[in-house]
Amino acid sequence: MVEVALTRAARPPAERRRLVAEPRVAMAGGFLLAVALIAVFAPWIAPKNPLEQDLMSASLPPAGFADAAPGFWLGTDDLGRDVLSRLVFGARIALTVSLISATLAGFVGSALGLAAGFYKGIVDKVVSRLVEIWMAFPPVLLSVLLVAVMGSGVVSVIAAIAVIDWTRFCRVVRTETQAQAARDFAMAAQAIGFSRAHILWREILPNVAPVIVALLSLEMGVAVVVEAILSFVGLSVSSDTPTWGGMIAEGRQVLHESWWVLVFPLAALFATVLAFNLLGAGLKRVLDPVMRR
Amino acid sequence: MQRLALSAVTLLGVGIVVFVLLRVAPGDPVSMMISPSATPADVAALRAHYGLDRPLATQFGLWLFAALRLDFGDSISLRRHVLELLGERFPATLELAFAAFAFGALGGGLVAVAGTLARGSALEAALDFVNGLFLAVPDFVWAMTLVLLIGVAFPILPLSGRIDPAFASDFVTPFYLIESAVRWNGAALRDLLAHMAMPALALGLPLAAVIARTLKEALSEAMVQDYILLARLKGKSELRLVLQEALRNALGPTLSLTGVQLTFMIGGTVIVERIFAYPGVGALAIDAVVNRDLPLIQGVALAFGALFILINLTVDLATARLDPRQAHG
Amino acid sequence: MTALVSVESLSAVATRDRTPILRDVSLTLERGEVRGLVGESGAGKSTLGKALLGILPATIRVTGGWLRFEGRDLLSLPAKELRRLRGQEITLIPQDPQTALNPARTISAQLGDVLRMKLGLSGSAQHARALELLEEVQIRDPARVLASYPHQLSGGMRQRVLIASAFAPGPKLVVADEPTTALDVTVQREILRLIRRMQERHGTAAIFITHDLGVVAKICDSVTLLYAGKVVEAGPAVDLFANPREPYTRALLAAGPRYDQPGHGMEPVPDAVLEPLRADYLASLLHG
Repeated sequence: MVEVALTRAARPPAERRRLVAEPRVAMAGGFLLAVALIAVFAPWIAPKNPLEQDLMSASLPPAGFADAAPGFWLGTDDLGRDVLSRLVFGARIALTVSLISATLAGFVGSALGLAAGFYKGIVDKVVSRLVEIWMAFPPVLLSVLLVAVMGSGVVSVIAAIAVIDWTRFCRVVRTETQAQAARDFAMAAQAIGFSRAHILWREILPNVAPVIVALLSLEMGVAVVVEAILSFVGLSVSSDTPTWGGMIAEGRQVLHESWWVLVFPLAALFATVLAFNLLGAGLKRVLDPVMRR
Repeated sequence: MQRLALSAVTLLGVGIVVFVLLRVAPGDPVSMMISPSATPADVAALRAHYGLDRPLATQFGLWLFAALRLDFGDSISLRRHVLELLGERFPATLELAFAAFAFGALGGGLVAVAGTLARGSALEAALDFVNGLFLAVPDFVWAMTLVLLIGVAFPILPLSGRIDPAFASDFVTPFYLIESAVRWNGAALRDLLAHMAMPALALGLPLAAVIARTLKEALSEAMVQDYILLARLKGKSELRLVLQEALRNALGPTLSLTGVQLTFMIGGTVIVERIFAYPGVGALAIDAVVNRDLPLIQGVALAFGALFILINLTVDLATARLDPRQAHG
Repeated sequence: MTALVSVESLSAVATRDRTPILRDVSLTLERGEVRGLVGESGAGKSTLGKALLGILPATIRVTGGWLRFEGRDLLSLPAKELRRLRGQEITLIPQDPQTALNPARTISAQLGDVLRMKLGLSGSAQHARALELLEEVQIRDPARVLASYPHQLSGGMRQRVLIASAFAPGPKLVVADEPTTALDVTVQREILRLIRRMQERHGTAAIFITHDLGVVAKICDSVTLLYAGKVVEAGPAVDLFANPREPYTRALLAAGPRYDQPGHGMEPVPDAVLEPLRADYLASLLHG
């Protein structure tokens, strides 16, 4: 029985290989890694200054089309700014915001979810009621509200996203914690006399971790979109900094004349969200059956 | 009954949160409305008019009492009764949500049934894969993609508004869709649906993806039960089995997840309506926030909150009725 | 006159690893005859039953022999023909009445399926016939039962409903797959008697799949005893019980409790008896 209680989720090296071997993780992970690298090395990768306006070269189509100018691979917008460079820099905001806000939301949501699922009783009731009220708000409206309240800027955007989406983590983690707590090894541990906190930390958490990790990836996908929406309505970072959402908004204005200004940031957003989702699904597939021995 | 009481509490919670948030916010609604030449006395008068100089608790109390009488005050930025504004726009959003839901349920249902019938085949794998992709894409991205496609590539449908102004005067109620259907105004109906198509699609696709996945899982689980085997032995075809026998058992678990997704979808109207300039409640929301239009924001938040709670209640009730163990104990 | 069911040298293996499941099994069934198909778990009796019903899973593959119903080979029948045959000429009384009924539909709906699809009845005629059927299986308040959902009925009641459902289309053959295993002991006897009575009244042939020799003794005309997919002994029930020929049969009879002999010993089948049978199985496993 002691062995049963002490059987925690150990991660033998063989599993790490499996992690990468899962096609979804490999593809999506690879793509996101590439995006991350692009974002980090943006100043060196971007061919032009993203803020530089060149009215002489305004509204040029991307390379390969008639009237395209050399050097502007993806064309320019109506102020003559290089789309490719803005796209590359936009990745910085997208990834930074999504990473930090998702982690924050995950932290808060998981902590509350674990507490609610494990300690039950009044803790569970309070947390559940809180989640319910929180979810009665349209998420977009709430985020807009929060950013309006806190003023624009990266910090507010991150905070806003985290504040809104922690409920996603909370609900799933709570259910998962309840399931794990009801399993034999947890009860055995209690019988042996481990303190509740110890059980939560050493026994339950490692088995809930895979769910949290998969959810994190999903959340980052959501966060990228929320940031895009916020910058679309002009509430994100200052309008100087290039963001995908901002580019989409601009692109919409000039849709009929220069469709490329909308297409590329939209495609980038599309691909990134897909990648995060794919990664999350793949991670879940790999980590789940292993943990549920 | 207990559920209703809890819902009321939730709604109150929503009201409080919005109220507090807005009051705490930097940025004064009044300062947005006044002209540069106004004197401090004018500003003070305006603030007093809107009750912004009273203590927080008093403000909330006043607002609450008024709200219970359904008096939500006047919109600061649009200078109209909030209730009136909501009354005009809520039906539009409801109809849009209904259209999106119909599309999502039908589309998702079809995909789920097809996937269940194709169990174990390559078709099922393909459907699952595509479904997974659709699950990942949020309504905002769909909306912009549709704008791109229909705006540039295939301009066959209108991209903004609810109805051609030529038809607008035909209506008595704000429920254009219902009215034109009931009165059999074909041209208006077609026009309405054409305008609704893109936003409904943008909203409905994520819903369809969720329904497709959840329903298919539930159906697949039902299909391996013994009673299906017995029904098969009676000679029923696969399609009949899925529709007549499995579906009833699969609807229950699907419903609760669908309900959650529905609330997300409604929340999405905030951005989708804006993108397509569809005159619903959502379209008001963002501008209201940017303009710090407190009464309007509160009204909109409450409207959404009430709708969410309504959906949750309906889903709860429906789930209880669908499970014969609960319904006919 | 050809037998109703004629199984000739039927052999089947597991599709994946070719483990033999049925080995050269033969049996016949005349009209109105009740044959018990007996064996331990894994003896292959369920598989044989499934083959008769035409619901062999893809995990099992027939490798030889014939399975004829009224002279026609069931194994090579087109799907449409099979579907028509099922639920009409050959029906099933399942093992677990709990899971065999759809929890989301009323008894009336589920019984009505058969009446509508196989007998073309609808509306009031269907309802009337359903009431008759339920009365036939000795359900005292048929109207209430018809309006009920499965979870509102007891296990015995549900099994009666299933029996009614099996006999409703006037089948020539009823396959009863351990129909009393999931029931309380007190109810088992009644259900067995009911099945026998229905069978006699309708002149239906029956195959009784069971691991309980006592059941066989009560209601079967003939018996086929299986071990590891092979027929050990077969013949009229009376003969088998009175003069068992094979050592395995004798050991089984000595080992198990019996309905008609309370207090009978409970000794397991001795290894010496099982050895030759096991060896035979191993041989077919290796050379299969």
